[in-house]
Amino acid sequence: MSIELTSPRFKENAHAALDNAQLQKSLVRIGVNYVVRRRLAVARLPEFEALRDRARDIKDHTLAHLDLYLEAYERKVKEAGGRVHYAVTPAEANKIVIDICKRLKAKVVTKGKSMIAEETALNDHLLANGIEPVETDLGEYILQIRGDTPSHIVAPAVHLSKAEIEADFRRVHRNLPASRNLEEPASLLAEARAVLRKTFLTADVGITGANFLVAETGTSIICTNEGNGDLTQTLPKAHIVLASIEKLVPTLEDVSTLIRVLGRTAAGQEITVYTTFSTGPRRRGDPDGPGEYHVILLDNGRSALLAGQFRDILRCIRCGACMNHCPVYGAVGGHAYGWVYPGPLGAVLTPALVGIENAAHLPNASTFCGRCEEVCPVRIPLPKLMRHWREQEFQRHLSPAPVRYGLKAWAAFATRPWLYRPATRLAMKALALLAGKRGRFRFLPLARGWTRYRDFPAPEGATFQAQWKRALKRARP
Amino acid sequence: MSDRDVVLGTIRRSLGVDGHEPARQLAVKARIGQHARGIVPKRGDVTPAARVKLFSEMMQAVHGTVVRVPAYEDVPAAVAEYLRGNNLPAEIRHGADPRLRAIPWRNEGALDVVEGASRGNDLTAVSHAFAAVAESGTLVLLSGVDNPTTLNFLPDHHLVIVDAADIAGDYETVWDRLREVYGVGGMPRTVNFITGPSRSGDIEQVHLLGAHGPRSLHVLVVGKP
Repeated sequence: MSIELTSPRFKENAHAALDNAQLQKSLVRIGVNYVVRRRLAVARLPEFEALRDRARDIKDHTLAHLDLYLEAYERKVKEAGGRVHYAVTPAEANKIVIDICKRLKAKVVTKGKSMIAEETALNDHLLANGIEPVETDLGEYILQIRGDTPSHIVAPAVHLSKAEIEADFRRVHRNLPASRNLEEPASLLAEARAVLRKTFLTADVGITGANFLVAETGTSIICTNEGNGDLTQTLPKAHIVLASIEKLVPTLEDVSTLIRVLGRTAAGQEITVYTTFSTGPRRRGDPDGPGEYHVILLDNGRSALLAGQFRDILRCIRCGACMNHCPVYGAVGGHAYGWVYPGPLGAVLTPALVGIENAAHLPNASTFCGRCEEVCPVRIPLPKLMRHWREQEFQRHLSPAPVRYGLKAWAAFATRPWLYRPATRLAMKALALLAGKRGRFRFLPLARGWTRYRDFPAPEGATFQAQWKRALKRARP
Repeated sequence: MSDRDVVLGTIRRSLGVDGHEPARQLAVKARIGQHARGIVPKRGDVTPAARVKLFSEMMQAVHGTVVRVPAYEDVPAAVAEYLRGNNLPAEIRHGADPRLRAIPWRNEGALDVVEGASRGNDLTAVSHAFAAVAESGTLVLLSGVDNPTTLNFLPDHHLVIVDAADIAGDYETVWDRLREVYGVGGMPRTVNFITGPSRSGDIEQVHLLGAHGPRSLHVLVVGKP
């Protein structure tokens, strides 16, 4: 099922997520598993911070020379017997995939995990053309048979319980005995393995994403743990790689740096179980491998992002650490963000790809605690980029009128110290007086958003500015 | 205008370049030509013996198993022992690698050895690694008739032979060795870095072994480093 854009309904989505007990259980586990595992893996490698700097520099250098690296990459892919296709829009990318499938008379297509395929809603287009896509990553397979969508870019089915998955397997795998025991996650995995094994061996075309593309050698790389991506790309007649243009890196040495930060930040691994480097189709004498090798490079607005203040987001290597460490993602999960990319990454990238007018809530769904930037392996200043979107939202008059006028009134007040200081001093005193001995308010006009859930503490003593002045005087009499 | 022209054109407009600047072209050429090393963890920069030890520890930490074998003529017995220990039939499949062909499999009379790529019905495959990396306990396998890629993923049990002398400290050393074999900028169709048996954490974040690839990965380190 493709992802329908529901970012404009973020608030409703978030409320529903907060009431979803199963989701809340999964989210608590992310905070423990992914966060702790990352921290342990990072602690084991003294060079980690230096690697992050280097990783950032590699991506910055590549983005600044992206046109030339794309040309170099393309030459090497051709040399190896592969083909590179460019796609400006998702529709164009889907059309290229479908043309290849039709030419090869493909009926069944296996798919490794690809966020770009989610971005283009490829499965819908394959189905509409009479081609059956089969997701082979366990998480994606579960989502496909449920008609569900990913809620995390690394762990797509993280919002589901094993009971839900068991019910889906019983519903869909009808030819298996109803009396079988599926209580343990291991038995669910074994069943998926057996079911998908047959599909791997009969699929006509295999589609994967790419974590990186190497200009030096014309190589595409996938970093995975299950091995489904490798079976997907090795067994069929053709391997199609769906990637976005910013996946380029110059050399194999550069990739080595990036995989050292990717595995650790994504899941606390030294490296993923399988890191696979693919260069062109089956060669003369090869006993296996795909007969054709295609790379589809999707732009979908990224080339324009290079121009402005959002270029930094193109460094992203999709590790998911920003969402794992985000208190907002941790409260509402991935679906609430309403499109392919959740969390802080989504809050910056979604407005860029679908328009700020469709995703204005996302950059506002932040506490600006800064943890995402703290853990980002390529040091993307995510809070700063979210602030840029807020500014744009304000400038383009997309924020609601009370917010706009409120902010304007506040600005008029805050930029005039001669008015601000005495007024706040007075207000503090008045509030303290009104609160009386209780020292807090159960209800306060204009602050109902706060007092509906908790008391508002009354100010105690002088304003910050007054205290600061006094402290300075004490320090330097 | 083709999609290619649109994409490259937009990139150049965004960057404020036309693609013909000699300084930029030189920078890209130099970067690719020099393929300079970045930050290489010191962890792997140890004596050859310590590298073998580190490789074994890292591999075992991700649930691979490792045995040391003195020489190639000892491999059949070590393989037979693994098969017996795991209640597996005495059948293996391997590729046309001369090093694998030269192994005296007949010493283990009961062992059935077939050659070629897998079609998905083999329980046990034996491959020869091009190299290994101590830093992360990673095996490096190359595609081709010698060691077909299907053997790395379809069988339930994957046994991989690696020469102790081929265990490098880091990935960068392996890239240099690969350039010696395939030329600068050249690559085999597939390079597989394999670090443990296949696994998944997609059901309630519980780590399980044996997702779609091998359920077990067993490494035989041959000889002295």
